[in-house]
Amino acid sequence: MTSTSPAQQAEKHVAPQADHGDAAKSWIRRIAEGRAWLFLAGLMICFEVWSRVAFGATFVLNPFNLQSIAIFAVAPLLLATGQTFVIISGGIDLSLGFIMGLAAVIAAHATNLAGAAIPLPLAMLAGMLAAVIVAGVPGVINGLLISRLRIPPFIGTLGMFGVARGAAFLLAGGTTVPVQNSWLAVVGNGRLFGVPYLVVITAVFVIVMHYILSQTRFGQHNYAIGANVQAARRAGIDIRDHILRLYVLSAMCAGLGGALYAARFTAGAAQAGEPLLLDSVAAVVIGGASLFGGSGTIFGTVAGALVIAVIQYGLVFVNVEPFWQFIAVGVVIIISVLIDQAQRRFSGARQDE
Amino acid sequence: MNNSAPLLEVRNLSKHFGAVRALSDFSMVVRPGEVVALAGDNGAGKTTLIKAISGVYQPTAGEILLRGQPVTFATPHDARDKGIETIYQDLALADNLSIGANIFLGREPMRKAFGFLPVLDRKAMATAAKETMSRLDFHVSRLEAPVSNFSGGQRQAVAIGRAVYWDAQILIMDEPTAALGVPEQRKVISLIHQLKAQGRGVIFISHNLQDIFAVSDRIVVLRRGVQAGERKISETNHDEVVKLMVGG
Repeated sequence: MTSTSPAQQAEKHVAPQADHGDAAKSWIRRIAEGRAWLFLAGLMICFEVWSRVAFGATFVLNPFNLQSIAIFAVAPLLLATGQTFVIISGGIDLSLGFIMGLAAVIAAHATNLAGAAIPLPLAMLAGMLAAVIVAGVPGVINGLLISRLRIPPFIGTLGMFGVARGAAFLLAGGTTVPVQNSWLAVVGNGRLFGVPYLVVITAVFVIVMHYILSQTRFGQHNYAIGANVQAARRAGIDIRDHILRLYVLSAMCAGLGGALYAARFTAGAAQAGEPLLLDSVAAVVIGGASLFGGSGTIFGTVAGALVIAVIQYGLVFVNVEPFWQFIAVGVVIIISVLIDQAQRRFSGARQDE
Repeated sequence: MNNSAPLLEVRNLSKHFGAVRALSDFSMVVRPGEVVALAGDNGAGKTTLIKAISGVYQPTAGEILLRGQPVTFATPHDARDKGIETIYQDLALADNLSIGANIFLGREPMRKAFGFLPVLDRKAMATAAKETMSRLDFHVSRLEAPVSNFSGGQRQAVAIGRAVYWDAQILIMDEPTAALGVPEQRKVISLIHQLKAQGRGVIFISHNLQDIFAVSDRIVVLRRGVQAGERKISETNHDEVVKLMVGG
């Protein structure tokens, strides 16, 4: 056996501790992590003051406003929930908006068709189910393109953006498809103890997605893949299988968005999700995810989607020209990313390279 | 010296890529609790050798024996299942996850919340992380912090900790100190001493002769795909090793 080497003796004195996190830094980190909620609170205060000064009325305490904001947030949030998973994995899904439109058209057609044969409540369920399942098809194709054929997510889903768009307009015959189903109208516009069904359904769905992201192996692997694909592969994670499931999951989120759109407007429209795609990306980024992958949470995205909804609804409420919405949302995105970068610099987190 | 039965034995191993003989007729043994250094210039065949041992390459000829039994590895997974773990220089960790999550990556333990809902068992991961890291004489206070908060040497320790937790018997370490500062290099060297004390076999690849002499029991020198020499560390010196490496 070898004798004790000098290096071994010297080692006894070296006991570095992984404690970069003194109080100040951990506060900066917490603020950065919760920035979407801070934005939300700031906006609420802003609009409350504005509303009281300009109209002598409350903004936040008016339940009608809160309901409207919540309904505003439903569709972008559903897309953003799927987008959160994709962005954490280091990808992006540009096809979600038109997958939502496709799903809305499918929901309308399927509900009408089923309504001719089976009772209306069952027809409604069949229509919504059909929308979510059919939405999975472009998701499968996205997933296969990206995982098997190694097409970058940006390009693969951009292609699917076009395909889903065309398919949706063709199926809709270039127009909106009205739905004749009183049950679907109730789901889209009814309330449970004063809370719109749309909001209840979305809330339940978001909680399930939060569970999947934060408490399951799928979610854990999603974070690992976003941070270091090599490490994930070496750890024995089936990357191809994961990516496939990931894009199916995000497409099905858009599918639910489409089904709820059809319920809300009792009609399916190919352009249903068109303006929502970039809102979904914005919600994820405002919510604290990095576009480089590896970070983000569902509840952050919820806050991000609410920030966008509050800006959009609030500016209308205080009678500002609607075009200011775009500017305001854009400014929030930029500030959000700046805070994220500042936090990375100050928190002492190591940066590779 | 160590006369126990070999943990790993490589017999007359060759790996040819077309006409290129990356490795020819190479033999070596690793015994329990032994650190064997692999030295050699770039292109001498070190990487080919460890890739053959870790299941990345299928050897053209020759045998690999684990505890006396001949084995073949179709994939790196096979090798890992049989207790051969490779620790890469470029740190195969997910930086955004905790130590525990990295140790269990791909094999996460689950528990039932409220008696029915399967959820990740973070407590079990943290506990295992703490125990494993303290076995390596590495004490961390913030077990939930992502490994990006730790230094290069500490992260190297996490990678080693993962191998130890899953009970790897042979650890192949490819330039484990190359990207590190001097105090961190010492930390890794001391980790290798811990592995040795636990009776594991270590194959240690380094360009740094000082590190090799600090930690190894034997040194095997490769030159142009063949074994150029094998020495006990106690019976050789830097000059002799350098001569073996460059030839002449």
